[in-house]
Amino acid sequence: MTDTLTPVLTAHWDEPDSFLLAGYRRAGGYRALPKALAMPPDDIIAMMRESGLRGRGGAGFPAGNKWAFIPQGDGKPHYLVVNADESEPGTCKDTPLLMANPQALIEGVVIASYAIRCHQAFIYVRGEVLHVVRRLQQAVAEAYEAGYVGRDILGSGYDLDIVVHAGAGAYICGEETALLDSLEGYRGLPRLKPPFPAIAGLYACPTVINNVESIASVPSILLNGGKWFADLGTEKSTGYGIFSLSGHVTTPGQFEAPLGITLRELLDLAGGVRAGHRLKFWTPGGSSVPLLTDEHLDVPLDFESVMAAGSQLGTRALQIFDDSTCVVRAVLRWTEFYQHESCGKCTPCREGTYWMVRVLERLEHGRGTDEDLDKLLDVCDNILGRAFCALGDGATSPITSSIQYFRDEYIEHQKRGGCPFDPAAATLFDSSGSAHIPGGGR
Amino acid sequence: MAFSDEALARLEPDVAEIIGRYPRPRSALMPLLHLLQSEEGYISDDAIALVAARLGITETEVTAVTSFYTLYKRQPVGEYHVGVCTNTLCAIMGGDQILATLEDHLGVGPDELTGDGKVSIEHVECNAACDYAPVVMVNWEFFDNQTPESATALVDDLRAGRAVTPTRGPGRLCTWRQASRILAGFTDGQAADGPAAGPASLVGLRIAKEHGWTAPDAPGEPDTPNSTATKGASR
Repeated sequence: MTDTLTPVLTAHWDEPDSFLLAGYRRAGGYRALPKALAMPPDDIIAMMRESGLRGRGGAGFPAGNKWAFIPQGDGKPHYLVVNADESEPGTCKDTPLLMANPQALIEGVVIASYAIRCHQAFIYVRGEVLHVVRRLQQAVAEAYEAGYVGRDILGSGYDLDIVVHAGAGAYICGEETALLDSLEGYRGLPRLKPPFPAIAGLYACPTVINNVESIASVPSILLNGGKWFADLGTEKSTGYGIFSLSGHVTTPGQFEAPLGITLRELLDLAGGVRAGHRLKFWTPGGSSVPLLTDEHLDVPLDFESVMAAGSQLGTRALQIFDDSTCVVRAVLRWTEFYQHESCGKCTPCREGTYWMVRVLERLEHGRGTDEDLDKLLDVCDNILGRAFCALGDGATSPITSSIQYFRDEYIEHQKRGGCPFDPAAATLFDSSGSAHIPGGGR
Repeated sequence: MAFSDEALARLEPDVAEIIGRYPRPRSALMPLLHLLQSEEGYISDDAIALVAARLGITETEVTAVTSFYTLYKRQPVGEYHVGVCTNTLCAIMGGDQILATLEDHLGVGPDELTGDGKVSIEHVECNAACDYAPVVMVNWEFFDNQTPESATALVDDLRAGRAVTPTRGPGRLCTWRQASRILAGFTDGQAADGPAAGPASLVGLRIAKEHGWTAPDAPGEPDTPNSTATKGASR
């Protein structure tokens, strides 16, 4: 029987020096790397496939398959690019991981690079998290100094360079092909697929792009075996993952658990929804996946079960909103975000997000009509599946799901001629104006 | 403003190092912009011309990239640039009230500077700290669990030159220009400062330890000291 929580990546974050090479080594770090370097690269890929690890950046594509798609003996340079551009609303797992345990990522980068026969890796980290950038720079420098990165790594004859590349504030660069354009020094616009990055990625060369948490999980798989990882979680959603609880919850924070844990279990651990309130709606994986409600507390948080419940597991960003929250206000704000972040390349997303904001503003301020709801759904219908990349699809998720579950609340705005909610009641400030510090008491 | 000969000579080794990091020079475009922003506080026309000349591309191409990314400022911002998260979760938890309070208190609008040039303010999108909502960033350092009162005190301290410490960051808050230099890839030696993790980051780990919950051992090597290395805590 597996324990409810299974700290692996988070297991040593409470050590004051967990982010230093010394702290990571004391916790057993860099024992997977020599094992990997003694293996044929294809055996590592086979082990990754056996583990069943699915991408932790939201899409859930099997990581081992991605690695296996890289053509070998093609005479071209291969690249590994780590997507550390964490910016999906609600998602806050890679940032603490990189701050507390960046060496797990670096060890994973070296193993993954060796497996796909690449000698140059990039970590594309968002610019708005300065201390994370510092910690990553330090981790790379320490790893070079210790001989885990650079020339002839641990005497194996294998060479690898790692460059930390800071982004500059563009959500779209979390989309893997937009990230590549950005890394090449262009505006971050998504590329048409195919060709997929495994064939024509960075500089049109074979490229693997993986999320931070995916690559950081690699050393544990190398050390304990693919089966160990596959035995955790569910049959098709294997392993452990970091679940991020935020919002109207007594103790928000990071919880590392096997995939398949439920929100009810996580809320029990986190002390429940804010005292005196009830759960109203939540996101299982950021704002780009459909909202769920208190009907879905027992849905196993794995890729298949969340899909069957009408949403997606995404990034396991569990944003919790209680009954003080206006769903129209929440959805309007997310839609403003998508409008701002739309890269403008394709018409459905560029124009659609603009007009959806206009309509939602009317609705939130009580000036909307029934027809506006149908118009919104119609616009969503013209974006979903017709946009160039997933940003447009994601922009429709909060709208369609909120109308599905809370149509009456949209109508209520109209009847009253305004928003029926008091925004002050939803804040975390108490009446004295001081903050309720979640998880406080330290 | 034009770069002085002194500045050009001083920047040249950094420019060369940045370009040398990449298989193709154009990949150096973004870090070069971060570097020049660290010099002037924003991206001037001269900075664009310099990058274009150095990379052998047109000023139009550099401008197109500059305008795409919100971290590059085409106008001077404050020595301390304050970002209030008003994406949905932070907004509802109180970010909207914090932003309104600060704009009112400072008498400035989005991306505007206070008269003393010390502080500018903007609303930012989700900054990956939702478990510390509502979040305020200063020069991209975290100020967690803010209220209108704490954020007001924060900007007052910044304007008065009093020491300010980020919640999860170095002991000394760096300036906007210094922050841009770190983004260009040049360390300021403060990486080891501050906590490994903030309290919310440790909630799950603390609960797991209270219950004695760990990741399972590797098959066939139960409880060997080695098997716990990169998995469960086992001290």
